[in-house]
Amino acid sequence: MSSEVPALPPVSPARVLAGLCLAVPVVSMLWVASYTKEGPELGGVPFFYWYQLMWVPLSAVFTVGAYLLINRDEKARRAAAAGGGER
Amino acid sequence: MKDVNGVALAVFLLFFVAVTVMGFLASRWRRADDALHLDEWGLGGRSFGTWITWFLLGGDLYTAYTFVAVPAVIYGAGAAGFFAVPYTIIAYPLVFLFLPRLWSVSRVHGYVTPADFVRGRYGSKGLSLAVALTGILATMPYIALQLVGIQAVLDVLGVGGSGNWFMKDLPLFLAFGVLAAYTYSSGLRAPALIAFVKDTLIYVVIIVAVIYIPMRLGGDGHVFDAAAQKFSAKKPDGTPVGSLITGPKAQWGYATLALGSAMALFMYPHSVTGVLASRSRNTVRRNMALMPAYSLMLGLLALLGFMAIAAGVGKGVKGFNAQLSVPQLFEDMFPDWFTGVAFAAIGIGALVPAAIMSIAAANLFTRNVYKEFIRPDATAADETRVAKIASLLVKVGALAFVLTMDKQFAINLQLLGGLWILQTFVSIVGGLFTRWFHRWALLAGWAAGMVYGTWKAYGVSSPATKHFGGSSAEIPGIGEIGYIGLTAFVLNLVVAVVLTLVLRAAKAPEGLDATSPGDYTADAGEPSIEKAPQPAVAH
Repeated sequence: MSSEVPALPPVSPARVLAGLCLAVPVVSMLWVASYTKEGPELGGVPFFYWYQLMWVPLSAVFTVGAYLLINRDEKARRAAAAGGGER
Repeated sequence: MKDVNGVALAVFLLFFVAVTVMGFLASRWRRADDALHLDEWGLGGRSFGTWITWFLLGGDLYTAYTFVAVPAVIYGAGAAGFFAVPYTIIAYPLVFLFLPRLWSVSRVHGYVTPADFVRGRYGSKGLSLAVALTGILATMPYIALQLVGIQAVLDVLGVGGSGNWFMKDLPLFLAFGVLAAYTYSSGLRAPALIAFVKDTLIYVVIIVAVIYIPMRLGGDGHVFDAAAQKFSAKKPDGTPVGSLITGPKAQWGYATLALGSAMALFMYPHSVTGVLASRSRNTVRRNMALMPAYSLMLGLLALLGFMAIAAGVGKGVKGFNAQLSVPQLFEDMFPDWFTGVAFAAIGIGALVPAAIMSIAAANLFTRNVYKEFIRPDATAADETRVAKIASLLVKVGALAFVLTMDKQFAINLQLLGGLWILQTFVSIVGGLFTRWFHRWALLAGWAAGMVYGTWKAYGVSSPATKHFGGSSAEIPGIGEIGYIGLTAFVLNLVVAVVLTLVLRAAKAPEGLDATSPGDYTADAGEPSIEKAPQPAVAH
């Protein structure tokens, strides 16, 4: 919006990291061959099922990570925009 | 006809009456000054914070039909039904990228539907109409399927299903009449309030079910052994009836179905309605991190399909309807009063999404058909009036659909609905990041995806139905079996890219873009939103 302001570059480390956080669960789930097996079982449940169920909370952890990173990044951007003059 | 389960029915009715009262009282909840604005009725005043949004979206996306159908597929075919878990795992990280942008631009410009955004971004009535009609078309059978979910519960309860056509469907009429009445009077606030009850019940029932039922069945190990035994049986044509683990040939299908469904999830108008009703950009983001709690429930619930096998539900019953497997399992396993609680969870679980879907379809009709083409000078109050009536018509349509058409037809259409709605992805998500695509190219891509997908799905047969029997077919050029919707999406994207290059070279008129780059990152409390058309303030 404010191109005259010395804003942060569009690709910042925080954004890249957040993107990676979001990519990890997606890639893990699309790599079906990595989990189509019966063992090792967990309490009688085949690997195929408990592994995918395990990824549900894991994906939430990664998404929270992305949320915190993006939140910090946006605050930094806003501060940079405010510090650099009016919008 | 089976006997009526009196205790279960009484508990079921108790909950039903309670949420009905809540539905009507909801119109007073956080009421705003100007109840006649469509933002009020159709988006709950755009005022919902993190927790209300979490309950609302959970109530909205995890429908009764999901809760009946996912374990039904597991019960019938095994691993193939479990794709719902990777699907919901992929969905939230994926939409985390673009939903905050959709929220911001919609808030700045007062957009109520995804088609509103497309209209503003591309200045194209045609493309906006295509997105709106696809949304309505995909939503209608989805509402109808919520009725199928209620019917499954009523069947097992022993209510309805006998006598003349009127008596047979009377309970369904009643449930839907009540739903229509409070949606009409309270708008989105009704399902938002009822969602608290629905989601709480669902959590309680599933947690109890996954602990209690395996205990009665002799442990999870026994449950999976029984399932493995069932799936190793051969069909008449020599192929196994199902499989406990996805086979090497089914892996593409599993992955593409998960990815395509995840991409389609937030293209559905009712999902967008839930998102736009939230108060701030961060509310949306936070919810993307919180929603997996529901996915965990869905995953555990899917396993109930295996428990139904181990418990011998439907064993030896010729032509047993797999949709009844989980309701029947509950009735067989739980004491009567808790069966009533479980059935109330499914029944109310149908009402919440049905209400939101009908509101979303009504918003689409009002904003993108009525105001756009029939009465451009309609005021906000006119819009609200039309939307309320449209929500009634949508529900009557869904009811007529379920009563007159074959149930299988509704299921087929819902499969198609997912495929269709995915074809709006390029216009909506593409538009959130770039104005590079040409509006005519997007329209052509959409049409190509719709036609290809429908044609391919028409050619899929299954034991239950000759056409539209499934959503997977061979992917041209790769040779693996994959989700038709995703193949159609790729075709859609290729057409849009190629035609955009052509149209840009030919300097075809691009249409007016009403949005500016800053609109996509605006947050509550910033000047661009302070200046935006304000929803009436909620108290």
